[in-house]
Amino acid sequence: MGNVTRTAAEIQLASARPEMTGPRGRKPRKALSRRNIMIYGTLIIVSLYYLLPLYVMIVTSLKGMPEIRLGNIFSPPVEITFQPWVKAWAEACTGLNCDGLSRGFFNSVRILIPSVLLSIAIASVNGYALANWRFKGSETFFTILIVGAFIPYQVMIYPIVIMLREIGLYGSLTGLVIVHTIFGMPILTLLFRNYFASVPQELFKAARVDGAGFWGIYFRIMVPMSLPIFVVAMILQVTGIWNDFLFGVIYTKPDLYPMTVQLNNIVNSTQGVKEYNVNMAATILTGLVPLTIYFISGKLFVRGIAAGAVKG
Amino acid sequence: MENNLSISIKNLALSFGALDVLKDLNLDVGRGEFLVLLGSSGCGKSTLLNCIAGLLDVSDGQIFIGGRNVTWEEPSQRGIGMVFQSYALYPQMTVAGNLSFGLKNAGLPKAEIEERVNRAAKILQIEPLLKRKPAALSGGQRQRAAIGRALVRDADVFLFDEPLSNLDAKLRADLRVEIKQLHQKLSNTMIYVTHDQIEAMTLADRIAIMRGGQILQLATPNEIYNRPANKYVAEFIGSPTMNFFDGEIIAGDGLRFSSGDQAFPLEGYSFQDATPVQGPAWFGIRPEHMSTGQEAETSKIRLDGRIELVEPLGSDTLARVSADGRSLWVRMDGQASVRDGDSIAIGFDPERANLFDKTSENRL
Repeated sequence: MGNVTRTAAEIQLASARPEMTGPRGRKPRKALSRRNIMIYGTLIIVSLYYLLPLYVMIVTSLKGMPEIRLGNIFSPPVEITFQPWVKAWAEACTGLNCDGLSRGFFNSVRILIPSVLLSIAIASVNGYALANWRFKGSETFFTILIVGAFIPYQVMIYPIVIMLREIGLYGSLTGLVIVHTIFGMPILTLLFRNYFASVPQELFKAARVDGAGFWGIYFRIMVPMSLPIFVVAMILQVTGIWNDFLFGVIYTKPDLYPMTVQLNNIVNSTQGVKEYNVNMAATILTGLVPLTIYFISGKLFVRGIAAGAVKG
Repeated sequence: MENNLSISIKNLALSFGALDVLKDLNLDVGRGEFLVLLGSSGCGKSTLLNCIAGLLDVSDGQIFIGGRNVTWEEPSQRGIGMVFQSYALYPQMTVAGNLSFGLKNAGLPKAEIEERVNRAAKILQIEPLLKRKPAALSGGQRQRAAIGRALVRDADVFLFDEPLSNLDAKLRADLRVEIKQLHQKLSNTMIYVTHDQIEAMTLADRIAIMRGGQILQLATPNEIYNRPANKYVAEFIGSPTMNFFDGEIIAGDGLRFSSGDQAFPLEGYSFQDATPVQGPAWFGIRPEHMSTGQEAETSKIRLDGRIELVEPLGSDTLARVSADGRSLWVRMDGQASVRDGDSIAIGFDPERANLFDKTSENRL
């Protein structure tokens, strides 16, 4: 404390000196400098570019069909109606079913939750073992896993159909959950391995001296330290699995179709008039889950990325 | 099994593929001894410590702790406590949590855990910090907490892996004293790895100087300093480093060391073997064993030189003196008023010298 006050006194003394002229202290910056205009201008244009379609979708979904036919897609609704949203959620028809997207939503949730939990649980243990418990052939195993990330999906679709049929899971949600878990494995394992490898080795050694075993160190030391990377993995998996269309179509049957597939069926149904407002509402509803995840965990996501998740 | 031995390492070897990190290493550490493993980086000192701790599997040999063969045991079963350079405190736990983690794993009753944690905290004076997380501690407090984690284990053997390297100079000196006091209080066996020779000299009962996975010399600090077993040890210990003259030991008119056109008398030097040797050799003398001015006049060996460079340190003054085309470091009194270019007389005594064989570089 004594030091601080004395320093303050010295500064006052210094400012009292008359001979200090010329530039002094913080350099002044212009608010409307060339640089700022460039940066903020670019940011505003890019934001508009991405926000405009969303604006059109929201506006259109709140209009009635007569208003849409007028063709002014940018104008706000004269008469706001939530009927298209209700219809998209509960009444829109796909094939014989007329219960809207709600069925797809609950199917997607039933696919999403087990797939995300299972894939993250397995991949984090994988990454932990590969980073901290080097065993004979662990590098080879890791290489094989990474190569798996580069094999195109198309190559594997048919073999997986056969394998699922043989074990009797073809066309079931369980089968789809297994497929999502397997396909999430390479990238998630890489993510976790790199994160755990950046945890100081001495921490791991200290835990071993303290008598913690494989699972003890994993649950008591590593997992509590790794919240950011778990959030990153969760976001990757939630968006990936929720937005999945291909596997949903191939490995399930119509009454188990996930939301994306049902959205497609609603939007592309060719009977009668094209109800743009319902289609827009349905699309926003489908995109709402990943969007919510981003908003809730944005900060943690950035922290996880910055914490070395994506390097290497 | 000898009862007064705490740690005994027999023919230990460790290799990663073709690289031999430790070679046929033998080491006995007495009960309650403070042993320092000293060496430059890559000499295998930390590797040896990790082998003793059980954090690395050995390729060959045996490790005994307290008379028990622990070669295949898990680190937690070996009766050791370990302190790391980076503290390695668990960031999500409080200091108390860090201290009790190992005890909980060992399944100790709650009351005993608390008692041990409190006792360790008292010894290390970290009682007010027990509820804090490591992020809220300063470097010195963190290292104290890390020592506490080793302390609560009630281990017979403490292993320190460069515990002070991450601290600033003043804290390092303070904690060094604390570790020494801790050793006096607890009288556990301690093995301490460092590359800092001051830590080694001040803390150790015995120092093991390592190079290339082998122990070059294992002796008391005093002996390491005064009678280094070979040229490497002589150069490694002491700062500035020992001055060397390249020459030959010749007989005739008493034993002499001839170097260039100089010949130093060697009477008073105690050879390793009673019989003096002749032949090519190194003659080493420490900067602090050289005298200047009046004192130099009375020394058995005298040289005249010119000062090239002066480094005033306050407590002493270091001067680089060129004499006979050689640069020698001389440690002078801190108040000596000398300048570059001054002529100076330096003198030293063969009793304080170190002679090493030219080819084997071992002490003569």
